[in-house]
Amino acid sequence: MLKQIEGSRAVAETVAACRPQVIPAYPISPQTHIVEALAAMVAAGELQPARFVTAESEFGAMSLAIGASAAGSRTYTATASQGLLFMVEALYNASGLGLPIVMTVANRAIGAPINIWNDHSDAMSQRDSGWVQLYARDNQHAADLHVLAYRLAEQCSVPVMACMDGFVLTHAVERVDVPTVDQVDGYLPRYVPRQVLDPEQPYSIGAMVGPEAFTEVRYLAQESLAAALSQLPPLATELERVLGREVPGVLAPYRLDGADTVMVALGSTLGTLADTVDAMRAEGRSVGALGLVAYRPFPLEHVRGALAGARRVIVLERAFSPGAGGPVTADLRPAVRAGVPVHTALAGLGGRPVTSTTLRRVLELALAGELPELSFADLDHDLVDRHLAHVAAGGPAGPTAEGVLRHLNERATTTVAPAPDGAGAGR
Amino acid sequence: MFAVRLHGRGGQGIVTTAELLALAAFEQSAYAQAFPTFGSERTGAPVAAFCRLDSAPIRSHEPITVPDALIVADPTLFAQVNVLAGLRPDGYLVVNAAGAPAAIADLSGTPARVCLVPAAEIGRRHVGRPVPGTALLGAFAALTGQVTLAALATAIRERFPARLAQGNIDAAEEAYELTRSVAARQVITHA
Repeated sequence: MLKQIEGSRAVAETVAACRPQVIPAYPISPQTHIVEALAAMVAAGELQPARFVTAESEFGAMSLAIGASAAGSRTYTATASQGLLFMVEALYNASGLGLPIVMTVANRAIGAPINIWNDHSDAMSQRDSGWVQLYARDNQHAADLHVLAYRLAEQCSVPVMACMDGFVLTHAVERVDVPTVDQVDGYLPRYVPRQVLDPEQPYSIGAMVGPEAFTEVRYLAQESLAAALSQLPPLATELERVLGREVPGVLAPYRLDGADTVMVALGSTLGTLADTVDAMRAEGRSVGALGLVAYRPFPLEHVRGALAGARRVIVLERAFSPGAGGPVTADLRPAVRAGVPVHTALAGLGGRPVTSTTLRRVLELALAGELPELSFADLDHDLVDRHLAHVAAGGPAGPTAEGVLRHLNERATTTVAPAPDGAGAGR
Repeated sequence: MFAVRLHGRGGQGIVTTAELLALAAFEQSAYAQAFPTFGSERTGAPVAAFCRLDSAPIRSHEPITVPDALIVADPTLFAQVNVLAGLRPDGYLVVNAAGAPAAIADLSGTPARVCLVPAAEIGRRHVGRPVPGTALLGAFAALTGQVTLAALATAIRERFPARLAQGNIDAAEEAYELTRSVAARQVITHA
């Protein structure tokens, strides 16, 4: 049903249309609106039969989700940031047990320093947890991905994270054609669990596995996610037929034909990037965009095909692995032909807006052959230099966060702040 | 694309006002996108919200830095925030000017299409509290023609419970008529 609706509300209504039976949750911004809406629906009897359980923590929420799913219920929860980190141990158990839990991650930075704003460092820190991760480009996509997530999860016995940019999408009021119960019913079969804990036929799950078979269990986990990847395109196509609109499930390519320089990105940046590509194409610049919807399993062969014509690739990373670089770049590099440069451009960390100006600047540096292999877009060099000078001068030690804030305040009271310059030097 | 930035203080309902504008545009079959600035909201602290209106789907998710129109819910913000930053030379400015226009910062050099409307006072009379949002939207509708008064009323009815809806619709209507009146045009000329 076509609505002008907050992203969180659209996701909550879509999840409700999927009729989860157990929703254990613990609130954390920017996810809270989703589970609040679902709690209200359960309380009002609009979502039946369903049980909403207010957990004592995210660890409790995921543990409850595991129990409910193992007992044969369709299960949903949502979290973000530190909340996701708090449920990490249980995350691995959910995937290890093959439980088809669907969880929204309203992507938000991880502290320290504490930061409530959007980037991808929460979900990407869990890339090895055995969960499928799908990233939404807008709120329509976010809603639709939840339907796809349930079908994929239950068909392949894997848990799925539907990732949407915190605040930027969760708190944006946009036009969304919210999937209806009838549409969902025409796509998502009644949940028939592959395994059920049943007091009538007791058995235990969660066995200890020693060196004799642990490797084999991991091998089979790889097979399981490979199977999920092979199922994604047909399931997305089927959902497109039911909903009557495009639902990218693996990749979201944009104007790759004849694009020498391709920027790869995930999430809500893709819309701004599409506008930027259009503007630069109109000027005759040979640029294109590749949206990555599936991050886990990583669609290496799909990416290889999509980047076959690229002469230069820029990965716009919204998470960072200190001491290494961008997590997506590392996964993507094997998909790029030999001799084609691959750049990592960090952008949009901790809520810094990814603007068309930023994207254009990075693309233009790349076109000019001046983009370093690793760069921080919009880096405030002056602020960094002030801190480095302070440290070099033997200034009082302390956490970097407090030091940088102090320099920021000092600069604000003494000088006019310089505008952040280009994509920055490689540091 | 018509881009609107709204400035106010925590508690004035600026985020809801942006949402109402998007809803009104949706009622007219337009595409719209409303979103707040994100942070730890505190009552009285400066807040901003954004709204894009378009006849085509809106893909961008960046903040609005070059607005076509500004809606300002508290004129004291001019002394605290760079409210006019990025406003197009041919842009529109709607200000809740409850007191004398002199309370507002120097607006010379800003667009001719300025509207000062006692929105909080109108809100107080119709809603019972000095909420400026729906009156500001009424003035915005009259000044820019981007949304109709009827679409605004529909949006208000959809967003608010019945007991609040009518008062807010009345507030929007009064500000709409006021802005279209000669008195308002004089204020515009003055500014």
